[in-house]
Amino acid sequence: MKRNQKGRVAAISAGHNLQNRLMSMGIYKGSQITKLTHFALRGPVTIKVGRSVLALGHGMAGKVMLEVE
Amino acid sequence: MIKKIFLIGNPNVGKSVVFSRLTGVQVIASNYPGTTVEVIKGYLKLGEQRLELIDLPGAYSLQPSSKAEEAAVSLLQQYNKEESIVINIIDATNLERNLYLTLQLIEEGYRVIVCLNMCDDAGHRGIDIDVQQLERFLGAPVVSTCAVTGHGIKLLVERIMQARAVLRAGVTHQERWRKIGEIIEAVQHLQHRHHTFREILEDLSVRPFTAIIMAVAVIFLSFNLVRFIAESLINKVMDPLFINFYRPILDSFSLGLGEKGFMHHLLIGDLINGGIDFKQSLGLLTTAPYVEFAMVLPYVVAFYFVLGILEDVGFLPRLAIVLDNFFHRLGLHGFAIIPVFLGFGCNVPGILSTRILESKRERFIASTLISIGVPCVALQAMIFALLGRISGFYIAGVYLVLLAIWLILGAILNRSLKGYSPEFLIEIPPYRFPPLLLLFKKLFLRIKVFLFEAVPIVLLGVLLVNIFLYFKLFDFFSAVLSPLIKGVLGLPKEAVIALAIGFIRKDVAAGLLIPLGLNPKQLFIACVLLAVSFPCIATFVVLFKELGLRDLIKATLIMIATGLIVGALLNIGIVG
Repeated sequence: MKRNQKGRVAAISAGHNLQNRLMSMGIYKGSQITKLTHFALRGPVTIKVGRSVLALGHGMAGKVMLEVE
Repeated sequence: MIKKIFLIGNPNVGKSVVFSRLTGVQVIASNYPGTTVEVIKGYLKLGEQRLELIDLPGAYSLQPSSKAEEAAVSLLQQYNKEESIVINIIDATNLERNLYLTLQLIEEGYRVIVCLNMCDDAGHRGIDIDVQQLERFLGAPVVSTCAVTGHGIKLLVERIMQARAVLRAGVTHQERWRKIGEIIEAVQHLQHRHHTFREILEDLSVRPFTAIIMAVAVIFLSFNLVRFIAESLINKVMDPLFINFYRPILDSFSLGLGEKGFMHHLLIGDLINGGIDFKQSLGLLTTAPYVEFAMVLPYVVAFYFVLGILEDVGFLPRLAIVLDNFFHRLGLHGFAIIPVFLGFGCNVPGILSTRILESKRERFIASTLISIGVPCVALQAMIFALLGRISGFYIAGVYLVLLAIWLILGAILNRSLKGYSPEFLIEIPPYRFPPLLLLFKKLFLRIKVFLFEAVPIVLLGVLLVNIFLYFKLFDFFSAVLSPLIKGVLGLPKEAVIALAIGFIRKDVAAGLLIPLGLNPKQLFIACVLLAVSFPCIATFVVLFKELGLRDLIKATLIMIATGLIVGALLNIGIVG
């Protein structure tokens, strides 16, 4: 996904705990996300959800499947 | 009958500021999620009633995901819903995400009053919220406030008793988010604004290239600013005060005591070249106050001033993104930078704030690394004073050795401990520029805590050392340990005293090294050892509380091993 590209969450392939954590921060199936940046060497990914900017680890970001609009 | 009032809300919405406003109790507030990791209590007067007000660590939902969140949720659930009122603080600039917890609280049947905080900032960002409309949707009172200026707090207090439980059926998460969507649609109106300078900076600080440049520049500037402020305070204020005003008083006092004897030994210490030497006399009235007030305090002031700015502006979470990769190699994630930064001030709050990390494994690694590889500001001040006289390279050397310890020890711990460390998921707060007054209040609070905690222990430490020295009680220890100290570490046997006192307070311990007349190599090794070995007793206590006895022993053994190995390596490796 490229910088500033928008997408909708299609699926989250993660355990119950992580699903809940992501959910409470606004990342759930159907929510809209804008990708901001990613850091090299499997570094974190920054995204925008609603009005908040979140940073998540590379592996965690990989579990969130998006449908690019 | 209402017994308790809880403050609850997402991380970094300003709960602690509201708490200070409501109770008059000063607490540390910063601009990053997870400032408050402990439950803090205070009292609020409502007419004739005096109610207990409890500030909980931030939580995104009622399903906790870190130790701090767990503490918040479990405490809330201990009390009867009928007897408590929940003040739910929400960030007006981020209504959508904040409402998730609000709806959960209402569904659970709590008596909720909503405090819509940071209204001024929402205004700046072109966000307009219809408070009355929101109140109708939620069925709970909503008050808009700006806690840093105090706006709206009075109204909040007046309306606390209007909080009522609303009957509402629990729904699934998806349905809750849909509901929030409807509310947002109806109550929030956005005006289009051009990007402000602040937003451009925020944008740049999450782009890899500019983020790294900004991080390096900010750390470099901060380090130099701390040194500049501290050295100015020492040279322009504290030294002149001690030498021109305090010394003449002590001189006549010393004459009055006859310049010798037990009391003179305790209070004034030894006369160096016939006069009082603040750095070497080692008396309760001479070296003890000089070390604390003229050598350490200026650095404490300077460090917390700069840390306060970094915290409040919201720089630390951005540093966390840049350093995430580095910390991964140590079994931690980027957010561990927050405990580390606090640890550079004092290890105790640093280790407490490891509660923002999710797993026990991470907390063990972070606490161990902090207590071994992060010298507190008091010790750093002494290292600057001791090694700075020789050469700046030695100071840099100490930090490089500590960094190497971090890398090697962290990698070993990461490989050898069971389990794996979760990845990070944090919210990056917007840059904020809080009023200077608040910055100084926080600084003042931290200095007060430092003085109350440090000064009695420093006096006690110096007193003990003096009694031991007078009755020559250390001779036994130093004789027993001298093969180790001399043979392995290359230090004179008297250094045992300093290393032992390091258990009580590190700055006093470093002060004890001055009269020994060590050569640069020995001084360097001693400084590194003080940084690595035995954290002071306060750190021990907090390690015990946070990790439990087994892990404390584990951490202590790692510490001793690291100290001996590093000391021996340096002794062999450096040609004196």
